[in-house]
Amino acid sequence: MSLLTISDLSLSIAGTPILLDVSLTLAPGEVVAVTGESGSGKSMTALAVMQLLPASAVATGQIILDSNDMLALDERALCTLRGDLVGMVFQEPMTALNPVQTIGKQVAETVRLHRPDLDPTQRARDVLDRVGLQAIPLSRYPHELSGGQRQRVVIAIAIACGPKLLIADEPTTALDVTTQAQILDLLKQLATEDGMGLLMITHDLAVVAEMADRITVMRHGAVVEAGDTPALLANPQHPYTQALLAASNHQVDLPRSDEQAPLLRVQNVVRDYTLPRTRVFVPAGTHRAVDDVSFDIKRGERVGLVGESGCGKSTLTRAILGLEPVQSGTITLDGTPVTDPAVRRKMQVVFQDPYGSFNPRHRVARLISEPFHLLDAPPPDRDARIASALTDVGLSPEDAHKYPHQFSGGQRQRLAIARALIIRPELVIFDEAVSALDVSVRAQILDLIADLCRQYDLTYLFISHDLSIVRTITDRVLVMKQGQIVEEGATEHVFTEATHPYTQTLIQAAPTLPGAA
Amino acid sequence: MLRYTFKRLLSLIISLAIASLVIFAVIEVAPGDPASFMLGINAAEDTLAALRAELGLDQPKWQRYLAWVGGMLQGDFGTSYQYRTPVSEMIADRLWVSLPLALYALALSTLIAFPAGIYAASRRGKAGDVSVMGATQVGVAIPNFWFAMMLVLIFAINLRWFSAGGFAGWDKGFVAAMKSLTLPAIALALPQAAILARVMRSSLLDVLDEDFMRTARAKGLSRGAALRRHGLRNAMIPVLTILGLQLSFLLAGGIIIEQVFYLPGLGRLIFQSISARDLIVVESVTMLLVFAVITVNFLVDLAYAAVDPRLRARA
Amino acid sequence: MNRTLILGGGLSALMVIAALLSFVWTPFDHSAMNIPEKLQTPNGTHWFGTDHFGRDLFSMIMVGARTSIAVACVAVGIGIGLGVPLGLWAAARQGGWVDEVIMRGNDLIFAFPSLVIAILITAIFGAGAINAIIAIGIFNIPVFARVTRGGALPLWAREFILAARVAGKGPARISVEHILPNIANLLIVQATIQFSLGILAEAALSYVGLGAQPPTPSWGRMLADAQTLVSIAPHMALVPGFAIILTVLGLNLLGDGLRDALDPKLRVARV
Repeated sequence: MSLLTISDLSLSIAGTPILLDVSLTLAPGEVVAVTGESGSGKSMTALAVMQLLPASAVATGQIILDSNDMLALDERALCTLRGDLVGMVFQEPMTALNPVQTIGKQVAETVRLHRPDLDPTQRARDVLDRVGLQAIPLSRYPHELSGGQRQRVVIAIAIACGPKLLIADEPTTALDVTTQAQILDLLKQLATEDGMGLLMITHDLAVVAEMADRITVMRHGAVVEAGDTPALLANPQHPYTQALLAASNHQVDLPRSDEQAPLLRVQNVVRDYTLPRTRVFVPAGTHRAVDDVSFDIKRGERVGLVGESGCGKSTLTRAILGLEPVQSGTITLDGTPVTDPAVRRKMQVVFQDPYGSFNPRHRVARLISEPFHLLDAPPPDRDARIASALTDVGLSPEDAHKYPHQFSGGQRQRLAIARALIIRPELVIFDEAVSALDVSVRAQILDLIADLCRQYDLTYLFISHDLSIVRTITDRVLVMKQGQIVEEGATEHVFTEATHPYTQTLIQAAPTLPGAA
Repeated sequence: MLRYTFKRLLSLIISLAIASLVIFAVIEVAPGDPASFMLGINAAEDTLAALRAELGLDQPKWQRYLAWVGGMLQGDFGTSYQYRTPVSEMIADRLWVSLPLALYALALSTLIAFPAGIYAASRRGKAGDVSVMGATQVGVAIPNFWFAMMLVLIFAINLRWFSAGGFAGWDKGFVAAMKSLTLPAIALALPQAAILARVMRSSLLDVLDEDFMRTARAKGLSRGAALRRHGLRNAMIPVLTILGLQLSFLLAGGIIIEQVFYLPGLGRLIFQSISARDLIVVESVTMLLVFAVITVNFLVDLAYAAVDPRLRARA
Repeated sequence: MNRTLILGGGLSALMVIAALLSFVWTPFDHSAMNIPEKLQTPNGTHWFGTDHFGRDLFSMIMVGARTSIAVACVAVGIGIGLGVPLGLWAAARQGGWVDEVIMRGNDLIFAFPSLVIAILITAIFGAGAINAIIAIGIFNIPVFARVTRGGALPLWAREFILAARVAGKGPARISVEHILPNIANLLIVQATIQFSLGILAEAALSYVGLGAQPPTPSWGRMLADAQTLVSIAPHMALVPGFAIILTVLGLNLLGDGLRDALDPKLRVARV
């Protein structure tokens, strides 16, 4: 007897088809993962089960949840089921909680709605203890908690009434790897201990490889393949699943680099931020974002910088780019301080967000030639260089006249690389440059970077929170924690024989697909 | 919370100090000598000098500024050049008309706007929303003094329900006094209510798109219950800003409405004093209004902190 | 095309056309008195009727549109001309003392009851269109400064601005090249709102006798003239009243329509 049966679910929003004949079953106590890239309709499937679809959505087919026909029930009946029979956890813990209400009240509200027989406050305390927040009083407000703690509160709200089904929509995507591992453990534990069905929506196959009993792969609103996790991962049938797995495990072929002359030299760099004053007559405190950091990057070397959010890697990046003053220490490129305008032209950067890194009102030619501003005079062969920069990154010279919104996310990241390379910089900084991309696009961009290494003998600093990417795209890696570099060494060596406990924790926490190198 | 209040209080005092300097400076550069204005063009030079001395106009500017501010702090607003009576008494009399009028109008505006805004937001895009929004578009466009004239035409001249102008006075009883303030309050309130209803609606709609509203729905709250329990308080922050601005606008904005209805309020006082070059009165009334605005803003800041725990922490 | 935009644009255009046309043609001389024909209700000859001096109201409304539009235009111009650069500067120096000074200065102007100050300025420096423009314009400065800064701040955190900084561009250049084009929509919509508020403010000042002086016709003074006669000649109050309402309504609809057409997520300050 299955707990949830979705059969032939089709969905359109304002006339646009979103889902096509999706079918899926889930038994009590089972963990089923729905995975796919952006636009696959995986999140809409989850919202359809909750019947929390946009007003303009039209659904056909059937969703049976514990013998309730979800598509046929009226709103009042649905309200009594939501929160009681089925709970939901969302992607973004920072905004999923009401900022002006205490967490205790928010958890207790679910209990009050569905379980008049229980003492809401006591139950809220019990549930928060259950999700590992024993030390947090009910009177706390969401802004006083960390992201991981907030996600635990969201989970507490979802399980407060002991639902039979828990839906988790990308529950760990916004979290750091170590926090992600803890939240995944918690979800798994809740499913086993309570015999609760768990429907996990995720873009990351590795996240569910260890915990899901079955996996459903979706693409363009339809199911392409479904099966038991070990079988599906070991022997995928559909070409798309095969491609997805290959892309998730993608290894690039990086050319060797033997030069030994140092290019970038970071020496004892300290960056303090002044904190807001807490008392009028006490000097303002400081937060040390970068704490006595030193390292070199040799010419032709590809260096990775990993660390979790708030570790200081963004501050360090901006300091290297000369955009941020440092309190002490020096950063030099070829022996000249990076704050010198003449050095600026030797460095360029590629950012994370393919949508935010271009002025939407300028054309591509103007956008990617912006670094020419660093030269004393614009080069005489400006148009030819724009054309060759576009060709280098796999786009066509005709694209120069388009606007950025005419490109996909992956193509924009190619544009960002073209912009960085157009003045032939000696050092490129990739700041989470592939983190926002779908796995298949990410694999292509990583290949492009490797290609460019062969062509131009690139030197770069690759900043990322994703260890598997850093492992394949760099020669040497720096691990940063609380403003300090805690471990440094040849990439493969660090990944196999990490010495610092923090590095070991990071590597252990990172989800991996079976069979990955 | 205490620290937040303290910081706000400090900025309140600084704002008041700067405002008083600005007002004093503006009045100082104003052309026209109050003394010659009072005695006429033909007054002899020594009588003028005597009057200036009596009014304190011959002292250095900084001394007069300090005397003015120091006096105000003790509730002494100086003596009117024109009537030779203490300004504080004149203001107190007028305040008993202007302040009740402003509060009356604010109450009306809130009573109309909140339900209208909440209703429109809950019926987003449907006929109810469209008609409420259409009405507010027109409401925003109506000049309140013209609206006042129309009210007089309909309710005072044709229907004879109210008198066309004047103030009954509080000694005639609460009902009679409030009755003579009713038309002016409606004239002031309706255009303000239109603005407030629009802000209420858009701020609610913004909140409806927030992630935590989806969390609330996933708990099993109905759309309406989620709006009431989680939406309203979050939507109040922009609404409070507008409410604060409106109270100060209503206090000062009564000026023109008081002209239409011949109400003896602060507005009429300031007009009369300007035309009589009774600058000490102008100065003090302006300062009082600025004081009211800044104080209201201070109270709004405190209200923010009461609504939003994040502010209490950040300060 | 959305209907709001068409209706709003139509009404606004009508007023602009009336104002421009009045330079070359009006049905009657707007200032010609004709006592025998005084206080006529709207009819075939005098489309909007006549006032207590027998002047043609239609002609006066057309010429009055000129005053309203001119005052509001220059007042908005003052607001944009000073407020936008200040807002851009404050945003470029976010958190610094320049930002602090500009924003505190803004708060201070906001703390003054605008109408009282406008009355004070016109009363002290003399009634007239120029002083009315200055009085209204001053209060547009902080509005535009605040909206500009509010629109610019999130942009400064965007990666394309960081990319421009990496390309060696300074704050002034970035403000003009990258920030300004991206907040232009916001400023256009805000300008229509301030324009409509300017027309309301000009009417209020003229109504209390502090705006444009005779013989320049203005809608506010027409209302002041109408006040004592409202019981015997209500059309004298209705005609300029509707002129103001339709113009302001038209501008507000135009603003809303533009916002929907340009970018539905714009953050406009409407007070």
